[in-house]
Amino acid sequence: MGYVLDKEGLNRTLDALSEDFLLYAPVRKVGEGRFTDVDVVRYDFVRSVDDIELDAKSDYSFKEILTPLSQTLFYFTEDEVHEAGGLGAPGSPAGTADDRPVIVFLRACDLHAVRRLDQMYLGNGPTDTFYARIRDRVRFALLGCDHAFASCFCLDMGTNVAPEGWLFSLDRAGEGFACSVADDALAPAFAANAQGEKDVTPAHVTENEVHVRVPSKVPNSIYKDPLWDEYDSRCIECGRCCIVCPTCTCFTMQDVFYTDNGRVGERRRVQASCMIDGYTDVAGGASYRKKAGERMRFKVLHKVWDFRQRFGYDMCVGCGRCDDVCPEYISFAAIVNKLTDACECEEAKDE
Amino acid sequence: MIQDVNVKALKKNAFRQSKVRGETASRVRVPGGLVSAKSMARIVEIAEEFGNGEIFLTNRQGVEIPGIRLEDVPKVNALLQQIIEDTQINQEDTAHGYLASGTRNVVACPGKRLCPFGCYDTTAFAQRMDHEIFPNNRHVKVAFTGCSNDCAHVALNDFGIIGMTEPQYDPTRCIGCGQCVNWCQRRSVSALRLVNDKVVRDEDRCIGCGVCVVYCPTRAWTRSPEHYFRLKIMGRTGKQNPRLAEDWLRWVDEDSIVKIVKNTYAFIEEYINPDAPEGKEHIGYIVDRVGFDEFCKWVLKDVELPEKCERATRVYWGGKRYDRENDLR
Ligand code: HEM
Ligand code: SF4
Ligand code: SF4
Ligand code: SF4
Ligand code: SF4
Ligand code: SF4
Repeated sequence: MGYVLDKEGLNRTLDALSEDFLLYAPVRKVGEGRFTDVDVVRYDFVRSVDDIELDAKSDYSFKEILTPLSQTLFYFTEDEVHEAGGLGAPGSPAGTADDRPVIVFLRACDLHAVRRLDQMYLGNGPTDTFYARIRDRVRFALLGCDHAFASCFCLDMGTNVAPEGWLFSLDRAGEGFACSVADDALAPAFAANAQGEKDVTPAHVTENEVHVRVPSKVPNSIYKDPLWDEYDSRCIECGRCCIVCPTCTCFTMQDVFYTDNGRVGERRRVQASCMIDGYTDVAGGASYRKKAGERMRFKVLHKVWDFRQRFGYDMCVGCGRCDDVCPEYISFAAIVNKLTDACECEEAKDE
Repeated sequence: MIQDVNVKALKKNAFRQSKVRGETASRVRVPGGLVSAKSMARIVEIAEEFGNGEIFLTNRQGVEIPGIRLEDVPKVNALLQQIIEDTQINQEDTAHGYLASGTRNVVACPGKRLCPFGCYDTTAFAQRMDHEIFPNNRHVKVAFTGCSNDCAHVALNDFGIIGMTEPQYDPTRCIGCGQCVNWCQRRSVSALRLVNDKVVRDEDRCIGCGVCVVYCPTRAWTRSPEHYFRLKIMGRTGKQNPRLAEDWLRWVDEDSIVKIVKNTYAFIEEYINPDAPEGKEHIGYIVDRVGFDEFCKWVLKDVELPEKCERATRVYWGGKRYDRENDLR
């Protein structure tokens, strides 16, 4: 069922939903960008549509709720272990005491990204209980895309149309909003506050400026291909490309021993990136993939080849965030195209 | 041709005395160093029509048009008028070009409009300062720079204003990657360290450069909503005792800085050496003579420094005293 709402109506609807759900959406954080008086758009808990940044692509993805940047998993004392509760940052509305499910507002590509996260944490050997604990509480609302942003390549990654799994959608419609409600249980909250009913299909894009061709076959020789070399000097190994990526799932562990009593502490899990120093450090001090180009190779192949080898589809959803965030103007999209060209070139040689 | 020119008036009018007899150079004031392309084109026109076809870019971001015949000064002033209006220079009398040259062009690095490290809008602050203090015949040099890199060399000015931000840390967004620690060490002052995989900032050592904010991949570090400043005072070049300006205030606000610089003019009037050539004396020499406390008394009149502001109770300057010794050691 679809509904047309003005802003007040939508806010009343969100109020009604807030009784049973927490709402988590892209928010414009004024002045919190990298540079002076530059904003950043990242996810946070919201109460009304005025809090939501509907028009810009979020710089950081929704995944921070499912795989927090820094999450304490458990506390240990000398002879006991306590699992940490809660969801999201301490002090956020989703603190330990609040166990309402969360509705995450996201775009089509990001909903496709959820499948990748689930695949890694739930469908790749034993279930990750810490992920599952949060995932069980998360629902989705779809933000329609009436146009593509400059760096999007969702069409080529097949993610421009949202998969199923959203409760309702939200599009701008003139001065007001249009929502398609897929979950009947939520329909009354919309019906009570809508201006009218109407068939609503969430907007999706049918054109991208950026086009990316993924390789259909990657020969082993690509590991030594000179195409990676330029990144040895271009890339500063900052890992922003992975931190903003909705499908990067890598984490690392931090065991922290409190200073007053070194036998008491906590274990944290934090986001990690294969581009950042330390990723391949192992016991004994050895480290693999020291050069940025080698790291780039590892990242890019994971995104558009290795993941597919294991699960049958690509990890990258074409959101373009990695291209937007790179301080060195390194385009992931451009690298994938170079990779594919090189692979095809190799193949042609073999024939 | 009789050439009877009041050179002192000419200089006040922002024309330079040239060693070439019969010629002068027009000094175009460009507060903050930002000039519209249109005004630049007009400068080119003046240089081609009345100058020798050359343009000199000055140290203080002004523009000098050399080779102007003295008799053409009124015509040049008439043409300068549009530039003066475009650059929004204060001017009560619109018939005679620039009304003073003592208070020097206010300098600024590109600041936050362009530079990734700029902590505030240097151009806007420079333009505001120019409005507050110009025209004035007293020799006062003010310069603005976006961060502690001091690309604008503000340490050579009477008042050097350096942008600061107070980095805000959100431990829940920190992954302990150590990049801020590394970059603070490599590009700044090693004020950060990792403790238990989270970051600890040495607040006394931190200079508020914002390098950590620029390099943090997660937005664990962000900038304070307030823009803060470090105010360095009484730097100078010159013959007797050239020296760098030294820190006086830090974490100070924009309004206090404006008041302090404006108050300085009354201090100069009171204490300037009556024999100073052309009524110009570096303020620092006046401060040296009458004492730092007296300077503070005058310039802090009606200034209420914010609670956060830290103030040096004593300021010591270095620099060689060429007027006392000229040894090479
Ligand atoms: C053929 C024999 C072995 C293979 C293939 C192997 C493979 C691995 C791999 C793939 C890892 C994960 C590295 C990482 O992702 O960080 C690892 C970690 C580790 N291995 Fe082995 N290993 C072998 C033998 C050993 C032996 C004999 C020891 C001890 C004597 C050992 C001790 C460790 C330790 C302590 C780690 C954890 C390193 C860290 O995460 O910092 N391994 N090993
Ligand atoms: S690799 Fe880049 S484009 Fe692909 S999902 Fe990640 S951030 Fe988006
Ligand atoms: S690209 Fe790198 S950080 Fe991202 S999931 Fe793959 S290995 Fe992990
Ligand atoms: S590709 Fe760009 S964003 Fe990614 S690690 Fe290199 S420099 Fe950083
Ligand atoms: S603001 Fe500059 S000095 Fe202070 S912690 Fe950050 S990088 Fe270091
Ligand atoms: S750069 Fe950011 S994420 Fe990395 S240690 Fe510093 S504050 Fe934490």
